[in-house]
Amino acid sequence: MNYHWNWQIFFEPNPTGSGTYLDMLLSGLALTIKTALMAWIIALVFGSLIGVLRTLPSKAAGWIGFAYVEFFRNMPLLVQLFLWFFVLPELLPRAAGLWLKQLPNAPFWTASIGVGLFMSARVAVQLAAGIASLPRGQKQAATALGLTTAQTYRYVLLPMAYRIILPPLTSEFLNTVKNTAVAITIGLIELTGQARAMQEFSFQVFEAFTAATIMYLLINFVVVTGMRLLERKVAIPGYIAGK
Amino acid sequence: MIELRHVDKWYGPTFQALKDCTTSVAKGEVVVVCGPSGSGKSTLIKCVNALEPIQGGEIILDGIKVNDPKTDLPKLRARVGMVFQHFELFPHLRIIDNLCLAQEKVLGRKHDEALAKAVKLLDRVGLREQAKKYPAELSGGQQQRVAIARALAMDPVAMLFDEPTSALDPEMISEVLDVMVNLARDGMTMMVVTHEMGFASKVAHRVIFMDQGEIVEDALKADFFGKPRSDRAQKFLSKILQH
Amino acid sequence: MLGSFDFDVIRRSLPYLFVDGMTFTLTLTALSALGGLVFGTLIALMRLSGFKLLGRIAGLYVDFMRSLPLVLVIFWFYFLVPYIGQWLTGASRPIGVGAFASSLITFIMFEAAYFSEIMRAGIQSIPRGQPAAASALGLTYAQSMRYVVLPQAFRNMLPVLLTQTIVLFQDTSLVYVLSIPDFLGAASKVAQRDGRLVEMYLFAAAVYFTISCLASFGVRRLQARIAIVR
Repeated sequence: MNYHWNWQIFFEPNPTGSGTYLDMLLSGLALTIKTALMAWIIALVFGSLIGVLRTLPSKAAGWIGFAYVEFFRNMPLLVQLFLWFFVLPELLPRAAGLWLKQLPNAPFWTASIGVGLFMSARVAVQLAAGIASLPRGQKQAATALGLTTAQTYRYVLLPMAYRIILPPLTSEFLNTVKNTAVAITIGLIELTGQARAMQEFSFQVFEAFTAATIMYLLINFVVVTGMRLLERKVAIPGYIAGK
Repeated sequence: MIELRHVDKWYGPTFQALKDCTTSVAKGEVVVVCGPSGSGKSTLIKCVNALEPIQGGEIILDGIKVNDPKTDLPKLRARVGMVFQHFELFPHLRIIDNLCLAQEKVLGRKHDEALAKAVKLLDRVGLREQAKKYPAELSGGQQQRVAIARALAMDPVAMLFDEPTSALDPEMISEVLDVMVNLARDGMTMMVVTHEMGFASKVAHRVIFMDQGEIVEDALKADFFGKPRSDRAQKFLSKILQH
Repeated sequence: MLGSFDFDVIRRSLPYLFVDGMTFTLTLTALSALGGLVFGTLIALMRLSGFKLLGRIAGLYVDFMRSLPLVLVIFWFYFLVPYIGQWLTGASRPIGVGAFASSLITFIMFEAAYFSEIMRAGIQSIPRGQPAAASALGLTYAQSMRYVVLPQAFRNMLPVLLTQTIVLFQDTSLVYVLSIPDFLGAASKVAQRDGRLVEMYLFAAAVYFTISCLASFGVRRLQARIAIVR
């Protein structure tokens, strides 16, 4: 291979004047984490709502839940981001569209909301499956005790369901982190974007991508370790994962 | 035909499943192995065709040392038939294909030849009409008879039965035992792990009684049923014969 | 706002969108799924082979691929493949392999990690008695895999494999970052050329949505049918 390796490149100043190339990548890492966290909050809130909706006995609720999930699951994330970023402002009344377009940090908010809603459909499916996996008697026992439906979910079903789906939720969170990279297409300069920028400025393509790769691996490692601790902490003795 | 000499088997460093087991099955002989659950009788029979490896002693099958790393195990196994507790027909293959697969792939028989053999054997176990069905469409007793036919299709020099009737509903046991009795009367060498003492008294030449991984009793049928020498065998017999 | 919706730009670009764009997308999807399945099955077999080192390597590969965003992997291979080509052929300079080959290699390598996990689960779901019965009949390890275990694992996992292929179909849109005219790339080109972003992106969304919906509907029916047969 006639590729000229230069691992010193990370400590050389980058042409944007914001410090070294390493600083560039680190700011990308920070933005990746920030976007992923924001998206994850949205995914959890909407995913929980829709997930519960899918398990209610009401036909209408079930239908809304089904349509929501199918809507977000059957379009590529990239296309969804384009819809939020390019199409939505045009479809709104002129003033609102203009405000949206001139929003500072538009790529960040679009990515957070777009990735968040995309992931919410998957969270909803996981949660619904978690609730469905609980013994039927749980819900009946709660109802027999006089709890309302809302109380049954709040105090009986959801606390168990969330514990059950903790492992799949971990991987969904990691998917959220990875999916923020798609937002490079709407101009979000997150970790992959910064690696790409570094490659264009310095031509040291493999150093840039190696560094980004290591950073993604680190995120994975930290999240997996953290979630394992959380799993142990919330485990219920004698029940799933309560070893 | 089958010789076991001082066979030791361990599961992990602490649990010894077989302790110094020595016995043999002569050509044309039918030997029944019985004993309480966990006594090692299934393990013993699975060691004969090396489905389970052994750690001490030796097993000789038709003149070939089973626990010799140089032994061509697939070739050796093709010469002994085995019938499992849970039938283990291949669910994705039709009955007829279950009988043909190993004939063609292991023995290298032509499809027509294998087919003819298969039909003949299905006839023998009274299931010719079921040839085109899938295993799940047959009753348990029928499946086990197919499994016997599948083993016979390989022209085995001996047959191993691992609790062939214990997964069956009571009304299906006799149809399987009938096939086995006929097989024994035709002079097949058989080693049978079973609790069916009626079968043992009808066709067995010898009975082996095992407990806690040891061969406690190895006696001619008449002696075993007449008066077992060990307390353990007596207790066991009184328990299963009192009904 | 919808008053100015220009249906004609869609109609005019249909041949380009489908003959060029969608053909690229579907070919890439089909070949990647096939390659990913073959390669993924090999990885799964390596992981379950009982050879510690082999299993370790396969496991690391899967974990590694699954930790990275697809976009980054696409960039990696786009720049790496020419060097690998040079290394393999001993050429004096990196070899350009073209957009299609580059993305095909990327998706096969990437999807193999995901397909291997599905096949691994499928293989592990087969009761242990099945390979035991196959060995008892004299089948070798390879034969028992080939004729007994893998066909069952594949059949049991078919709905999951197909669902993953639908995800793959959507993911191929990410070759957009290499300016490759797949379906979305083609739509985007027209959108920017004619200044018709709203029309083209809505149309592209509708097409992806329709195809994915129909496909997942088909998978659901298949699943119901398999459930009955079992």
